[in-house]
Amino acid sequence: MDIGFATQQIIYGLTVGCLYGLLAIGYTMVYGVLRLINFAHGDLLMVSAYVAFFGIVIFSFPWPLAFAGAALITGFIGILIDRGAYKPIRKSPRISALITAIGVSFLLENLALVIIGGRPKPFPIPMLFEGSLSVGQVKLPILSIWVLAVTTVLLMIVLAIINKTRIGMAMRALSRDMETVSLMGIDVNRVISFTFALGSMLAAFGGVMWCMKYPAIEPFMGVIPGLKAFVAAVLGGIGNVTGAAIGGLILGLAEVLIVAVQPDWSGYRDAIAFCIMIFILLTRPTGIMGQKLPD
Amino acid sequence: MLQVEDLHVSYGGIKALKGISIEVGPGEIVSLLGSNGAGKSTTVRAISGLVPIGSGEISFNGIRLKGMSPHKIQRLGLAHVPEGRKVFANLTVNENLLMGAYNNHDKSDILKLLFRFFSIFPALNDKRQQLAGTLSGGEQQMLAIGRAMMSKPKMLVMDEPSLGLAPLVVSDVFNVIKQIRTEGVTVLLIEQNANAALKISDYAFLLENGRLSLEGKGLELLNDPRVKSAYLGDTNYKAVFDN
Repeated sequence: MDIGFATQQIIYGLTVGCLYGLLAIGYTMVYGVLRLINFAHGDLLMVSAYVAFFGIVIFSFPWPLAFAGAALITGFIGILIDRGAYKPIRKSPRISALITAIGVSFLLENLALVIIGGRPKPFPIPMLFEGSLSVGQVKLPILSIWVLAVTTVLLMIVLAIINKTRIGMAMRALSRDMETVSLMGIDVNRVISFTFALGSMLAAFGGVMWCMKYPAIEPFMGVIPGLKAFVAAVLGGIGNVTGAAIGGLILGLAEVLIVAVQPDWSGYRDAIAFCIMIFILLTRPTGIMGQKLPD
Repeated sequence: MLQVEDLHVSYGGIKALKGISIEVGPGEIVSLLGSNGAGKSTTVRAISGLVPIGSGEISFNGIRLKGMSPHKIQRLGLAHVPEGRKVFANLTVNENLLMGAYNNHDKSDILKLLFRFFSIFPALNDKRQQLAGTLSGGEQQMLAIGRAMMSKPKMLVMDEPSLGLAPLVVSDVFNVIKQIRTEGVTVLLIEQNANAALKISDYAFLLENGRLSLEGKGLELLNDPRVKSAYLGDTNYKAVFDN
């Protein structure tokens, strides 16, 4: 394997990895605050893809407006999911919330199926994201540059919000002790809504970039990326935002590089992620950056 | 200032409080005494909105608290120092204090409050950027009290502030409570350490099995044998206490 080929594969791996990472951050933030695996999170990728699609194709909005609209509407739907599905059972056993999350996921997928239909739609990729640069023998897709840049910027913004702002401080406190946070005069539900909105907007950015990379959108398109992002979040240490991003990158690189080295295994691409998850759960259940939490 | 009338609370069929009526006047230190499971914590948790009230009324400065959520009750000026300190272990000392002043948007006022806290507890000044979970038990208790005071409350409810602390630190905690009162803040204190609590209390209520069994001025109750027997559930208290 020559160096050009290896570089090429690493670029592909990083691109996919960033998309997993963006989605994984949302998983990990909601888990950090509520100790809930929001299985509907992957489907938000599909929601944002459709919103952007309809914005561009039906309403002929310019793409920046359609993408911004996708982020805002997906963020809003994230809040609705929490208020409608999770808030009423906040005090119930955690398993109820987990089952509810799976139910919400099925609801979103099948609503899309009923309302929009199951036939895959081609996503209109704006000119700005098409084409690629050639550096020597390495092809650098413009979209990859965008994905890397947008993911880096979003990760910085999220880390700044969590570590430097008042609401971020409340989120960190909430992850350990919801009751005492409420004794500080803080409306816990508002902090949770904010967390859902932020995580969902990241999923939306991941969603529109995902469908520029794989431009066929259909109601179940969020399932596999959602599961892989969950693996990435576990790999990085669930509850840890930087860990989620790193977990995403490792997962993306592993998938692409293993298939590059062993082309026969390309059919097992999705299995790689789950093998990694099984391995992590057996050897280091807290993930790379996770810490043990009091239950 | 705080009126609790005929308060009933149950946890899934088990009656924890069977009609409690207490009153706390402005500027007072009032103690709620009793043994484990007598209902002291439940009473203050009901006051702060952490457990739902079965029947009865609670009012703070004339405002009914029944059905109000904890964050709204805190915003009325009723701060709660929870049992077991409950500092935010993964936040720094400074951030813990800022959490107490979360709804205060006046930056210079917050700085003044921080300055006041660190002048009273200079030992914590050097640990401002340290995670609160790394502090000693006594330091965490001071931080928990300071955090509650950051909201400039009219009244402070303290649940077992001396629990699990070394005797020397316990006297520090009681000194701080006295100091808080001199700043015009009313205190409702839950204590297992009845003697220490009664010495600084204007008034005290004794709880037994979810009911009030005794009330009176702090110093009058100090030598009342019924207080001791309530803790021991034993009429031979004298043998235990007096030798």
